[in-house]
Amino acid sequence: MNGVTALKPVEQKNAHLSCKVNGEPAQVSVMPCKTLLEMLREDLQLTGTKHGCELGECGVCAVLIDGLPALSCLSLALDAEGRAIDTIEGLAEDAELHPLQSAFADLGGAQCGYCTPAILLTSKALLDKQPNPTREQIREALSGNLCRCTGYQQIFEAVEEAILRISQAEKQAAAGTG
Amino acid sequence: MSNAETLSVVGKPRTRVDGADKVIGRTQFADDIILPRMLHCKLFRSHVPHAHIKSIDVSEAERHPGVKLILTGKDFSNEYGILPVSQDEQPLCKDKVRFVGDPVAAVIARDEFAAEEALARIEVEYEPIDTIADPIDGLNNPAARLHDYSEEGNIHKRLSYEFGDVEESLANSDHVFEDIFFFEGNTHLPMEQHAAVGLLEADGRITLWSSTQCPHYVQRAIAKALDVPASQIRVIASPNGGGFGGKSDPFNHEIVVVKAAMMLGRPVKICLNREEVFYCHRGRHPVLMKFRTGVNNDGALTGMHLQTVLDGGAYGSYGVASAFYTAVLQPVTYHLPRYAFDACRVFTNKPPCGPKRGHGTVQPRFGQEVQLDKIAEKLKIDPAALRLNIVEKPNALTANYLKIGSIGLAECIRKVTGRSGWKNKYGNLPEGKGIGIACSSYLTGAGNSIYWNAMPHSGVQLKLDRSGKVTVFCGATEIGQGSDDMLVVIIAEVLGIDPLAIRCVTGDTDLTPVDLGSYSSRVTLMMGNAAIQAAERARELIAPAVAKKFDAEVGSIAFANGQVFNVSNPGQSLSFQKAVVCAEEMHGTLGTTGSYRPPDPPGKYKGGGVGPSPAYSYTAAVIEVEVDGSTGWLTVPKVYIAHDLGRAMNPVLARGQVEGSVYMGLGEALMEESAFRRLPARLSNALVHREPSMLEYKSPTSHDMPEVITDFIECPDSNGPFGAKEAGQGPLLPIMPAVANAVYDAVGVRIDEVPITAEKILRALEDKAKGKPGRVGPTSFPAIEWPEPFRVPPPWEGGDGDAINKPQRKRAAKMHEMDQFRKVVSS
Repeated sequence: MNGVTALKPVEQKNAHLSCKVNGEPAQVSVMPCKTLLEMLREDLQLTGTKHGCELGECGVCAVLIDGLPALSCLSLALDAEGRAIDTIEGLAEDAELHPLQSAFADLGGAQCGYCTPAILLTSKALLDKQPNPTREQIREALSGNLCRCTGYQQIFEAVEEAILRISQAEKQAAAGTG
Repeated sequence: MSNAETLSVVGKPRTRVDGADKVIGRTQFADDIILPRMLHCKLFRSHVPHAHIKSIDVSEAERHPGVKLILTGKDFSNEYGILPVSQDEQPLCKDKVRFVGDPVAAVIARDEFAAEEALARIEVEYEPIDTIADPIDGLNNPAARLHDYSEEGNIHKRLSYEFGDVEESLANSDHVFEDIFFFEGNTHLPMEQHAAVGLLEADGRITLWSSTQCPHYVQRAIAKALDVPASQIRVIASPNGGGFGGKSDPFNHEIVVVKAAMMLGRPVKICLNREEVFYCHRGRHPVLMKFRTGVNNDGALTGMHLQTVLDGGAYGSYGVASAFYTAVLQPVTYHLPRYAFDACRVFTNKPPCGPKRGHGTVQPRFGQEVQLDKIAEKLKIDPAALRLNIVEKPNALTANYLKIGSIGLAECIRKVTGRSGWKNKYGNLPEGKGIGIACSSYLTGAGNSIYWNAMPHSGVQLKLDRSGKVTVFCGATEIGQGSDDMLVVIIAEVLGIDPLAIRCVTGDTDLTPVDLGSYSSRVTLMMGNAAIQAAERARELIAPAVAKKFDAEVGSIAFANGQVFNVSNPGQSLSFQKAVVCAEEMHGTLGTTGSYRPPDPPGKYKGGGVGPSPAYSYTAAVIEVEVDGSTGWLTVPKVYIAHDLGRAMNPVLARGQVEGSVYMGLGEALMEESAFRRLPARLSNALVHREPSMLEYKSPTSHDMPEVITDFIECPDSNGPFGAKEAGQGPLLPIMPAVANAVYDAVGVRIDEVPITAEKILRALEDKAKGKPGRVGPTSFPAIEWPEPFRVPPPWEGGDGDAINKPQRKRAAKMHEMDQFRKVVSS
């Protein structure tokens, strides 16, 4: 249509980048036009990161870049050079679920589970910065993550339950070492 | 059935069986499937709304080095569609396009980049046809006909029914209320975009993974569209990233990737982008409705005549069923001694409408509940009290022959009015604050399958072996609602074992017995009853083997807490695993099946098959609103909802279903709309989706969601497993009318259409200030030539469930194709 037919197919050579993914060093050969989302899913086969629009509208593709939530569909893969990327696959510590994960599973924070990885990572970034957020701060932190299943209420409650579980675990750890 | 006290798994809040997978990102959605040598598919979609296809030139696209195959309509054999009466869809349009987004060609390439580049090289020449923008256009312009098989012009289908002489009832009523309402269309917006992967196996058979709610129906559609025996096709429903009805139709992209995989011998994947998901649609029909309702001074309804016009979009989809659903459930909520309805679905050049959560019943529920508010005001009766007085009775047979079981609606109304402090608040809140009430009922599964047959609607198989592990197989589809968990809950309860001892295999047409799919809120009840039967049969295999070992009566063998024991001598006990060993020794390899088929509906009249359900759920909601009088801005701080779900199988999940419904209902009430606009004449004048993106199609965020107070009313139904009824759709229905009624309480204006936006409220307030009626809503209903109604006397007027007349109806033009379809499917 409209003379586009004259265009030649785009030929691209892969670029090389070094970053950290889930705490481990990663060397990736990737098409330079790819987004971080595409690199994670297609080149690293970390398909736990989802996509809902690829336009930065829904928040489903959020990952942590240097500990801060970012939309991987709006980030170029090459911008991850030298950065630390955290995805849902790295949230659990070995076989043990992160308290956010177990609270979401137990309290109905995940229904279809599609928006869940991004909401978990966004929540983790919130708790890393603010260990005892109010309900309003949780609402604010998650306001860029759409969920069509839950109505958010069980998500808020799961985050609050995770806060309790984290503080209980910390108390137990302190008691154990003290 | 069982008392709650004796249940050990059912009714207990539990972590859902698939919960852990979801929180570690391991749930494999369709687009997460990556296979060796996999190719990628993209669809070329029409940019004109209505046109004949003059020519398709793919020669330039074929020259792209990354392209492996290009398909067009001529590569496919047959039309298909979800309903046997509307076989009107083509995998790729052959000679005509019917909406912006209708697919014309498919490119299969080495990756998505190459496929997209090739799409830009496809040239299609169109010969435009007049565009039908809405039902009025469709009724006025029959010549610009979308489908040759429609009843007449662009009228897809008209329905007309009369259950008693409504005109006589209205004439004898103290009051007759006539109101017209409009409900704008909206869409499901699942977070997961539809994706599918087709694979040709080495032996020539076909596998399709797809984000579908109904793998069985997809298997049938592929068989028909591609002329392949169904036995050669395996459809695996991947866990859906949300469905809400939007993944219930078989889709063109599913058929296209199967065809491409068959031709290329390589796996082919398609993942729609968000804009394309808006084109798949199948969402809420825009419905214009007119209610004429007779009421006596005490608030009792004497009769109702409801007329609806549905904007169907470009294809049939579930539309004939949707048209029935805009009318058939009115008598299920409140007692209606006489009832008549007419419904008309019109084809328009927009993405096809279909089933969205609450399928077709949502729009007339809005109308009736707002009208009841007006009735209550006129009669000076409290709207909650008025409803309490007219709630239909348990075990009733309605005027239109729907058999109801349990009804907990009165308890729901008492619960939400009590919780919210209704008596003190209603009519007494300061200007700008308001409170409203509305109620509803919904199906727990459609009583009939979409194609007539005498087979089970759900089948379950159990495998047990000496390890103590139980594997359960069922075709039901996990779309987030928790169907896998329901399956496990029920088997665990009946066998008295830990849910973790059970693995479930679901939604795979090769491995699992047929279940019709995750639609019409049918899974918990239908799959659940089949699961109970399969598990009880397993007990019947295990009990005699254990009885023999204990030298006890078979009847005294019981199953609980992972043990199989003798109730007459509790010292005699085996672990479930050892008990299975005994059974395997006695019977050999162990396996059982269970089936469920809903009871035959009492209505024998033609069309009486839509509306019957084994059980009906009931809901009441009270909603508080705040309206800014200077801007019309509307906020909802609090929602009280009580839902009669029979029994909460897993209260964590049930609450999620109820609150998720409230959320989706608020989206529809406040902001969501599938709106269209015409491009300027210099840009083709095409009718396009105004907002095919998540940024523009507004849906509620975490900031918009109010506090929701949820109560379960457990009014068990004898047809439900452990008494359970549905929870995932019904609670959506009262939300929109409760908001509208609360707005009236707050600022005294009636918004008789959905969504209820600030702009509409402000317009109504301004009108009211000028002395005009403070109302925004439709004012006229089109003149439609309705056919002679089927006249079915209600049960209390001597009716036997059949029509007393024989109205002539046109035979559907595509009957011969249905016959062919049956041959293909049964071969």
